[in-house]
Order: sequence, then C-alpha cells, then structure tokens
Amino acid sequence: MVLPVVEKKVLLKVNQLKQYFPIKGGFFGRTINHVKAVDDISFNIYQGETLSIVGESGCGKSTTGRAILRLDEPTSGSIHFQDKDLLSLGKKEMRSTRKDLQVIFQDPFASLNPRQTIGQILGEALSIQNVVPKENRKSRIEELLGHVGLRPESMERYPHEFSGGQRQRIGIARALAVDPKLIICDEAVSALDVSIQAQVLNLLKSLQRQFDLTFLFISHDLGVVRHISDRVMVMYLGKIVEIADKKSIFEQPQHPYTRALLSAIPVPNPVQERERILLTGDVPSPIDPPSGCRFHTRCPFAIDICKSQLPELKISAQNHQVACHIVS
Amino acid sequence: MKQFEEKILEVKNLQTYFFTDEGTSKAVNGISFTLNKGETLGIVGESGSGKSITSLSLLRLIQSPPGKITGGSILFKGEDLLTKTEKQMRSIRGNEISMIFQEPMTSLNPVYSAGEQIAEAIRLHQKLGKKEAWNKAVDMLRLVGIPSPEKRAKQEPHELSGGMRQRVMIAMALACHPEVLIADEPTTALDVTIQAQILELIKTLQKDFGTAVILITHDLGVVYETCDRVAVMYAGKIVEYTLAKEIFTNPKHPYTIGLLNSLPRLDMDQEELTTIPGTVPSPYNMPKGCSFAPRCAHAKKICEQAVPDLQTTGPSTQVSCWMFTPQWEKEYDAQEKVGV
Repeated sequence: MVLPVVEKKVLLKVNQLKQYFPIKGGFFGRTINHVKAVDDISFNIYQGETLSIVGESGCGKSTTGRAILRLDEPTSGSIHFQDKDLLSLGKKEMRSTRKDLQVIFQDPFASLNPRQTIGQILGEALSIQNVVPKENRKSRIEELLGHVGLRPESMERYPHEFSGGQRQRIGIARALAVDPKLIICDEAVSALDVSIQAQVLNLLKSLQRQFDLTFLFISHDLGVVRHISDRVMVMYLGKIVEIADKKSIFEQPQHPYTRALLSAIPVPNPVQERERILLTGDVPSPIDPPSGCRFHTRCPFAIDICKSQLPELKISAQNHQVACHIVS
Repeated sequence: MKQFEEKILEVKNLQTYFFTDEGTSKAVNGISFTLNKGETLGIVGESGSGKSITSLSLLRLIQSPPGKITGGSILFKGEDLLTKTEKQMRSIRGNEISMIFQEPMTSLNPVYSAGEQIAEAIRLHQKLGKKEAWNKAVDMLRLVGIPSPEKRAKQEPHELSGGMRQRVMIAMALACHPEVLIADEPTTALDVTIQAQILELIKTLQKDFGTAVILITHDLGVVYETCDRVAVMYAGKIVEYTLAKEIFTNPKHPYTIGLLNSLPRLDMDQEELTTIPGTVPSPYNMPKGCSFAPRCAHAKKICEQAVPDLQTTGPSTQVSCWMFTPQWEKEYDAQEKVGV
C-alpha cells in the first residue's frame, strides 16, 4: 500500500519522560531507592496512526501509558497533547482534557462496575464529560452499542451477563462515548481467546477508520502488534531501544533485543525456517539497572563500550531509530 | 519424521462431568487419544474447551463433588488408572506421571525453599536419605539451567523470578524421571524470551530422559514448534487429531481452519482477520448435534441433529465433521441457520 505523502501532524509529544516509583523502607519509612520504571524516553504520536509499544513484563510499557493519562504522576519530563502541556494542567483542566484521551484496559472483568447496568456505565461517562445533553443520552448509548456490535437491549443488563469479548466491547464503547482523539489500549485483547481476539481487533480497526482515532496500543503479543500498528516502539527496562514503522521493524529489525524478541516467538510456518537467538538469563531489576546499555548483560553481541556508555536513540534508516552502539 | 511405536498412555472415551446447581456440564465429553513413548502430544483449544480438565482427569485430580469421571478408561502401560486406589494413584503421581502447571507461584509452597520442595518429592518416591535427596535436588536445579543452584536451592519461591520458578517446577516434575509429563500451559504466564528458554529446556530434557509429554496450550505457534501430534478440542470433544505439521499445512475441521485464520500472524500481512462468528456454547446447554454447528459456515441439517464420529481421513489424521463422511453430498442444507 502506497500512502500519499502528507505532512504528519503530531498529536502527542512525549519529551524526556521519567517515572520513578519510590521504595520505602528502613526505620523511618524513608525512600531508600527508586524503581526506574520509565527512564528518560521521548517519542511522538501522529494524528490517525496506531503506535504500538512492545516489550516484556517490567519494561515500562504500561507505565508509559498511565503517565500520559496522568494516572500516575510522572517524575519529570513533558507531555504535549495538541498545544497543551498535560503535566502543567490543574486537576479540573486535566479532567476536561481526558475527554480526548481515553483508555481501554486489559481486564474487562475488573474495569466495569458489577453493580451498574451497561446503560448506567456508559451514561456515567457521558454525564461526567457532559458531551451530550441529558435527553439525548439514551439514543447516544444505543448508537454506541451499535458501533461495537452489541444489541440495544444490552443497556438493561449487568456486566456479569456478558462474555469476555462482549465486556471488552463495552469497554470500547465507554472509551468511544466522549468522542476521544487518542485511545490508549493497554493489553486490550490479551485476555481474549484468539477467535474472539480477532473479532475485537477487526472492530478496533474499523472504528479507527470511522472516527479518525489515534491509538497507542500497548501489547506483548507481536502478532497482534504486527496486525494493528503503523509504527512500533520496542522498550527494554524503561528505555526505548528501537522505533520504526511496522514494515522495517518486522523485516529489518536492528537492535539485538528486537531481533531476539522476534525470533523467540514460535511461528507456525513451515516455509520460513528461522534462526533463534536464545537470550540467557532474566531481565535485570529496574531498581538497579545495568550501567551503559541496559541490555548488555544479555546481549550476545555486547562489546566493551556497551558496559560503560548509554547508547542514544539515533536515526539508522528512514523512519527507523535505534539505540545501539553496534548498529551505529 | 520420528517414529514412535510403543504406546505408554491410551485414553478411551474419557468423560468428565460436573454436576452443579445449574445442571450437568459435560466438560470432557468422550475423548480418545494415545501417547507413545518419547513423543509430544499437543492439546489445543480455547477457554472452556476442556483441555485442562482432560489433563487433571488423567491424574485423577478432579475435585469431587462437583466433578466426576463418569466413563471411559485411561490405560497407563496397559493398566487402567480409573480402577486404582487412591494410594496406588499417589505412588504414580509425581513419580511415573508428573505435571507442571501454568502458574508456578500458586503450585509452589511459599514457606519452603525450592530445594526442600524438590527433595520432598524425591524422598516420597525413592528411598533416599535427607542429605542425598537434597543433593539430588541441587543436581536437578543445575540440570534445568539455574545458575548457582546450591544458593538458589536455599531460596524461597518469592525470591525467584517467574522463569526460574517454572524451572523449579520442571526440576521437581522430572526429579523422579517420570515416563509421562503433563504440562498445562507451562509458558503462558512467561515472557516470550523466557518462554523460548523453557520450551527449549523441555525439549532437551525430553530427549535425554525419553519422557513422553502432553502439552496443553492455546498457542498454536508453540504447538508447531514443539509437538509431534496434536488434538484440537472444542466444547469437550476432540474435533481434529493429526500430526502437528499437518494442522498448519492441511487443516481439515472448519473450527481448526477458523482458529488458524483468526490468528494475527507474525510472518504475513493481513488486512482483516477472518473471524469465527458467535461464541462457544454454554456447557450447560450444548447443541444436540455437532457443537460447532451453530458457528459453522458449512453446517447442514445433519450437523444440527447428530454428533459426527471421528472420521479417519489420512494415515494419521482423524476429523470429527460430517463433511468428511460419504453421505455429506446427499445431505440437505440447513433450513434456517441458528442465529449467530
């Protein structure tokens, strides 16, 4: 598919974002150390695209999503959404800005109130942001349910009456309710069976076209990421190791970690025999990350400089940035 | 192609039902398969297909009530496990047939060290002294690739990472050199790079010990890379039973085809994923005929009326679908499709 060359509009700009969580301990419960969940990352999200963040547990992908929504207060850095600096907004302004920034969580069981009907759940979202006048809310809810493929009668029912896939559709309807610009999908399809997952992925794609949505898609499943993304960002231990458009990251991954990650996934393809880069050991602790490049303790190609100097994210090809001493 | 001759486990028409207030759930509804020495059999299916209940039934670990194995037989080296006493079963579990579960944190005892727990399993089945059992436990930890095993053996489960806990489980399961290892989603809770390590480890140990493995998973990629044969389960039944490679190059059952099509692939571009319409039927309210018929695009009237038997369609392939029976062409189309 060849896209016409248009100037891409930045919707969200993250600059030097840091998110440290304090560890309390000792006799007086003082802060004795920090978990460096996200450590100085910068990236852009463009209007209308799907940017995915991939990485293993503890790499900081969910933390990044939460920091953008200010569900956790970031330690430092800046996040610009359109013209606003999100981190400098007051509580009230932030709340009204959240109309444009919505989130879909992994566990649809945990993120819906079991005592509310679907109509109440969606109605609450509409009333908090006050986007639709009261008398039109019912028809808006019906319309929303229609968008996500649920019957209007669902309004009267409670979350436990729905299957996992349907509950995730309700979560999507709630996010759509306030006409957001950016939706952060935090492992939104990870808890679903493949046949249901495929239904939800198709739904997300068609809604994106219909409403001109921008997605920040957080996932550990690279198959899903390949299906849905325009660009992919790979994180390791709180740092971005590689960002590129989908085609180049899957066809020409450059960072040794990305290559290992891709090769680790079992692919049912008899034609494509792949060589596996088997990493040894576990991910180090984010409390005391390794010096230099954080991946050097597990990297099969590490050289001396990797141990002492942190590699910067550099442009290595068109639309491709890598943080690795060996690549540059 | 590896050849496996010697049968070690033969399951015939196994039925495990759950009797609850809501009715009877036929979680495992008449399944049959065999496992040969040294081979890996994959059991795949989505949530509620009965794959985990199958594995628990094999070791008679179904909680009763509400569950009960109501029929069939499980022949282990020619003897039916369903006729054994509880005491005899206990000497088989962990000794001749071992099991690894998905979540190692919940299957390890949090207040005993990793080494103690492995040593306990060893002493239960073998006449070894405390010291010898401990040394053997440390050896096992070394074998499964845990660095500095002497130190790690003294640590409690919470001090170990997820991948390491799963290695401890594997060390424990293999400590008595079982002939059959049942692994129920052994890598589902792990990250992919750790998953690759664990699968590689299971493969190597299987080669060294000649253990037969039953791998229960929802991940078709894992099946492709580790299994010799595979059984696809849907709503308590095996719908397709074939060679692991066959299922990707030549899937037969409409459910298997649907499952493969809905998988977002790492190795190809897809604009839109093909989905299976509808959802799995409720276990309390199974369709009368083929349980997949309400979601199947090919379903004819016969599919809604009677359950198809497993049909042999190739030298090592069996499919449970009316499409592969001689009378299929003569059958009438379904008058009206059940709403999907």
